[in-house]
Amino acid sequence: MAARIPRVPVREQDPEIRAKNFKEVCLGYSDEEALLEAKRCLNCKKPACMTACPVSVKIPFFIAQVAAGNFAEAAKIIAIDSSLPAICGRVCPQECQCEGSCVMGVKGEPVAIGKLERFVADWSRENNVKFLEKKPFNGKKVAVVGSGPGGLACASDLAKLGYGVTIFEVLHKPGGVLTYGIPEFRLPKDTVVAAEIENVKALGVKIETNVVVGRTITIDDMFDKEGFDAVFIGSGAGLPKFMDIPGENLNGVVSANEFLTRSNLMKAYKEGSRTPIYVGNKVCVVGGGNVAMDAARTALRLGAEVTVVYRRTEKELPARAEEVHHAKEEGIQFRLLTNPVEIVGNEKGWVTGIKCEQMELGEPDASGRRSPVAVPDSHFTIDTDVVIMALGTSPNPLIAQTTPGLERNRKGGIVANEDGVTSREGVFAGGDAVTGAATVILAMGAGKRAAAAIDEYLKNKK
Amino acid sequence: MYRIVRKETLTPIITLMEVEAPRLACAAQPGQFLIVRADEEGERIPLTICDYNREKGTVTIVTQAVGASSKEICALEEGGSFADVAGPLGQPSEFISLPDEELKTMSFVFIAGGLGTAPVYPQAKYFHERGAKVDVIIGAKNADMLILEEEMAKVCDNLHICTDDGSKGYKGLVTAKLEELMAAGAGYTQAVAIGPMIMMKFVTMSAKKFNLPLVVSLNTLMVDGTGMCGACRVTVAGKVRFACVEGPEFNAYDVDFDEAMRRQAMYRTIEVEADHKCKIGRGK
Ligand SMILES: Cc1cc2nc3c(=O)[nH]c(=O)nc-3n(C[C@H](O)[C@H](O)[C@H](O)COP(=O)(O)OP(=O)(O)OC[C@H]3O[C@@H](n4cnc5c(N)ncnc54)[C@H](O)[C@@H]3O)c2cc1C
Ligand code: SF4
Ligand code: SF4
Ligand code: FES
Repeated sequence: MAARIPRVPVREQDPEIRAKNFKEVCLGYSDEEALLEAKRCLNCKKPACMTACPVSVKIPFFIAQVAAGNFAEAAKIIAIDSSLPAICGRVCPQECQCEGSCVMGVKGEPVAIGKLERFVADWSRENNVKFLEKKPFNGKKVAVVGSGPGGLACASDLAKLGYGVTIFEVLHKPGGVLTYGIPEFRLPKDTVVAAEIENVKALGVKIETNVVVGRTITIDDMFDKEGFDAVFIGSGAGLPKFMDIPGENLNGVVSANEFLTRSNLMKAYKEGSRTPIYVGNKVCVVGGGNVAMDAARTALRLGAEVTVVYRRTEKELPARAEEVHHAKEEGIQFRLLTNPVEIVGNEKGWVTGIKCEQMELGEPDASGRRSPVAVPDSHFTIDTDVVIMALGTSPNPLIAQTTPGLERNRKGGIVANEDGVTSREGVFAGGDAVTGAATVILAMGAGKRAAAAIDEYLKNKK
Repeated sequence: MYRIVRKETLTPIITLMEVEAPRLACAAQPGQFLIVRADEEGERIPLTICDYNREKGTVTIVTQAVGASSKEICALEEGGSFADVAGPLGQPSEFISLPDEELKTMSFVFIAGGLGTAPVYPQAKYFHERGAKVDVIIGAKNADMLILEEEMAKVCDNLHICTDDGSKGYKGLVTAKLEELMAAGAGYTQAVAIGPMIMMKFVTMSAKKFNLPLVVSLNTLMVDGTGMCGACRVTVAGKVRFACVEGPEFNAYDVDFDEAMRRQAMYRTIEVEADHKCKIGRGK
């Protein structure tokens, strides 16, 4: 019976209109829509959705409360496992996590778990439902490095347990990638991100911006001079990668991080911001992840004609399915199986085009994976004014270099186990700083596990 | 937060400010820089650290009003404050890792162009205090554009002033002065040049004639200043380096100055060619 209700579509801004503004694309469910969608959930005894959620949100239980109209109760259930539901509901790659495993998806469409989670979180924010109970101060202090989802989650859990927590953030605004990376049209800054950060502060967490850990103060200083008993490092993914092809330093070639930081953190997309941003008339974005989609759709909104260049096929695009779908609706062109080999410029040193070669899928290798190989003599040039490189990151060595005894792996990331335990006593780490660029939910989960481990460590330490 | 405790107008367009930033002041080393935002709408502007006072918890910065953002900074008043001051950023001068005994055997010549006099000051002071021989050549358009002359005189053995129009000191470029001194047997063992990119490029050519080791400090475009964006990338010895984390100082002979100058002017060319206030550059 339930299986016959089709998935309730979520209202969105019309593609033609939203391609010209920075307002949120997805408008979310109304109360009625949420009730209807929640009724589709079968309340499975062995919920596959829950196993596939990296932090095991009690999905059938919260959805049952939504179906019963108890939105505040639903929020309480989500809050047990997730500190940032309004954010995860919006940016989790649900199709390969919770929704990807929902039994309803076997024959039809999975339950819209992400949209329901977002609905509950937005509803509780709008209705001022908060979960700010905390134990009294226990006399111990913990420092958190970085205010991205990893740092925020770790800080709020520790604050609830009674620790005095200070977050040190190098930028002038907290939030990490949520603030400087993911654009407004996907994750509203004032209503959603700032509100989550306010909640963390309401728990008594202090956030000190403009502190470069490793330079302004070192991890050793935190213990020796500032009296902290433990430290969590959630400093993020690090330095943008480039391709190492000719022409990459021409004017008009930028990393996606630079482009998005100018637009999101520095608000270059708005009148009145002092920070410049350049899009020209045509923009090529190299890469296929969320970062590439965000850069492409930002450039589009700033008025450019945008092409995404990716060396594999559509199937391998690592971005969230919804983002690719939205990007296409908005008119972004995709050049798949296309690999840049050189960026060409004019005599003044400005980009004029990007020279690519056509790829095709080769024979399957031992693992059965068909990797792309270049088609001989297939070079062609795409005219463009700007090239945005969205190729991933490599770890920022600053903290590891200035923290004696902190072990790094071969790639330069900080070595930490599942609980965030590093090679230095009292120092924990998690999120992108450990795993390399991953997801918001994984960073948040790592922050929460580290908070539990820090609590355990400090309780046992005399 | 970040209160301006002292403001001094050095020239009609160059302003010195002493700003409260206790943690930063404690950690700052010669060669490093910081990033300020004048107000909530402000751009992140990198500025070199001109001096620091660990007891008072202040840092000194010098700003030249050229674009909208630097004019905004210069317009802040004593007693007012910056929205943000972050740092210290970048690597300290490589020479501060040398033991004092070794510094005593060294003979430095600093070549400062215009505003570059500010970042030269803490380095000259640091090495002079530790017994190195320190000469400084300051270049400016004219006498009115000279800054920190008196202060510098106190922290070096010989101060050479060069002006383009001869209104003070030697009439001519810093490169000519450097070559003259070297030819006369000054015997410097290490040169450090800080100033406009074009000046550093030409100083590199002059120093090369004498095989004089030379370090330059690159004032590239920057956004975050923490290694996250790559706006500051420069080609050094054929490799891409991020000036904000791996620099700002590099071996002059390895730097691709022409590329660095072109990249530095990127948004300036847009501003000029777009020929109106539109900050979202379209078309070229
Ligand atoms: C454009 C973009 C789009 C994305 N889209 C998605 C998506 O749709 N879904 C998804 O799940 N994930 C997405 N991701 C990935 C996700 O944002 C990250 O995996 C997640 O933010 C990692 O969290 P974190 O807390 O580990 O680090 P971050 O969010 O990177 O936060 C680290 C913080 O530490 C600060 N810091 C760094 N060094 C220092 C220092 N030395 N001292 C003090 N502070 C420091 C940084 O300034 C930053 O604020 C996206 C990433 C980007 C860039
Ligand atoms: S946190 Fe993410 S994966 Fe888990 S239920 Fe929510 S949307 Fe799904
Ligand atoms: S798997 Fe799907 S139907 Fe089953 S409990 Fe989870 S969301 Fe509901
Ligand atoms: S200024 Fe962003 S990486 Fe150097």
